Amino acid sequence: MSKLGLWGLKKSPWVYHVAAASCNNCDIEILELLTPRYDIERFGMVLVGSPRHADALLVTGVLNRKSLPRVMEVYEQTSKPCLVVCIGTCTCNTNIFRNSYNAVGPYDKYLPVDVYIPGCPPKPEAMITGIVKALSKL
Amino acid sequence: MIGWSGWGLAFKFIVFPGFLFSVVVGLVLTWVDRFVSARVQWRKGPPFYQPFADLLKLLLKQTIVPKGASKTIFLCAPILGMASMCITSVLLFYVNFNPQGSFVGDLIVLVYLFALPPLAIIIGASASRNPLSAVGASREMTLYFGYELPFLLAILVPVIKSGGAIRLGDLVTAQQAGGPFLYSVSGVIGALIVLASIQAKLGYVPFDMAEAEQEIMSGVFIEYSGVGLAMFKLMKAMMLFLLPLFLITMFWGGFADWWAIPKFLLIVVLIILIKNTNPRFRIDQALKFFWFLLGGFGILAVILAFSNL
Repeated sequence: MSKLGLWGLKKSPWVYHVAAASCNNCDIEILELLTPRYDIERFGMVLVGSPRHADALLVTGVLNRKSLPRVMEVYEQTSKPCLVVCIGTCTCNTNIFRNSYNAVGPYDKYLPVDVYIPGCPPKPEAMITGIVKALSKL
Repeated sequence: MIGWSGWGLAFKFIVFPGFLFSVVVGLVLTWVDRFVSARVQWRKGPPFYQPFADLLKLLLKQTIVPKGASKTIFLCAPILGMASMCITSVLLFYVNFNPQGSFVGDLIVLVYLFALPPLAIIIGASASRNPLSAVGASREMTLYFGYELPFLLAILVPVIKSGGAIRLGDLVTAQQAGGPFLYSVSGVIGALIVLASIQAKLGYVPFDMAEAEQEIMSGVFIEYSGVGLAMFKLMKAMMLFLLPLFLITMFWGGFADWWAIPKFLLIVVLIILIKNTNPRFRIDQALKFFWFLLGGFGILAVILAFSNL
């Protein structure tokens, strides 16, 4: 991708929130990310309603047998290039569910993950730092 | 528009009052929109180059045509909407700087051109074969039938007050001679009705049920990605520029002097503040609001205009 195009992608990453069976704790922290207190629109990030518009997928929750095909479908529906941002320890290494009969492993076994943001749940500051660092490395 | 050479015409449509100019001004206005919204919500807001970065990114993203969608119509619908806004831009600017240069009946042409963007949205959404898109398209259609009646009634007010002129140039000249139509009872009512219709035409909050992000996930635009979405965003940006310009031309004296720019910004900020301080109507409430409330006021405004008030 050209330098100008890269600049465009870096300055306006629209995010889509994929809640794949999480305990809702990370989801609540993501919602907090969008409040006026943290204001991620400073970096051009906007929450969009459709994966077709998205540039970054914020995935939360431990991946299990039911949610795996859904997450893959959402990833296929997203228009490329797109980032995959793993939010929460569950998404990074399945956390306390490692020995569960239903958990099928961390996301990077199935998707090209760009950012890992561990924490249970991670703080909004940590998410902002993670995404901004990932964008500045593009 | 007689007497223009081919290259001059192409320049006018593509560069100065047409495509490029209205796109740049429209994108800057979308930044104003996002900045004022951020300030209302006590935030910092995006930097000034944000809409341009969004546009650049969307142009370089992959464009997906959903399986089973009608491909040609799906991809041509945004072009239809954008082209209609380009022609509107040329007509409106030409009229404001050279009132005698336009043709008779350009007001009627403009009303039809302003009807094309919702039509393009409906066509594109229906071609995308998505159920949420279909819901959005049906809402957009209902909303269009809702606001078009009071909009036409309100547009009749300047026509009546100028003695039956259907040429925009004549309306501008009449206002420059006898004062803007806004400074009368019927003019105020008409301008307020047009303001509400602008809000609905832009799809801004009280009337954004066609793309309601929380319930039908940006409804009519749900399947658009990449270039198609960029073109729809551009169309919306150009509408944000051209609809307030149309209101000023019809009611507030046109671009007679530089006072038109503060007037223009005032109307834009008013639209943004209405957007930020209102909840969304249900579609049946919006229809009732437009037909029974604003339709009644529209008839009242027409009667007042006939009796010279």
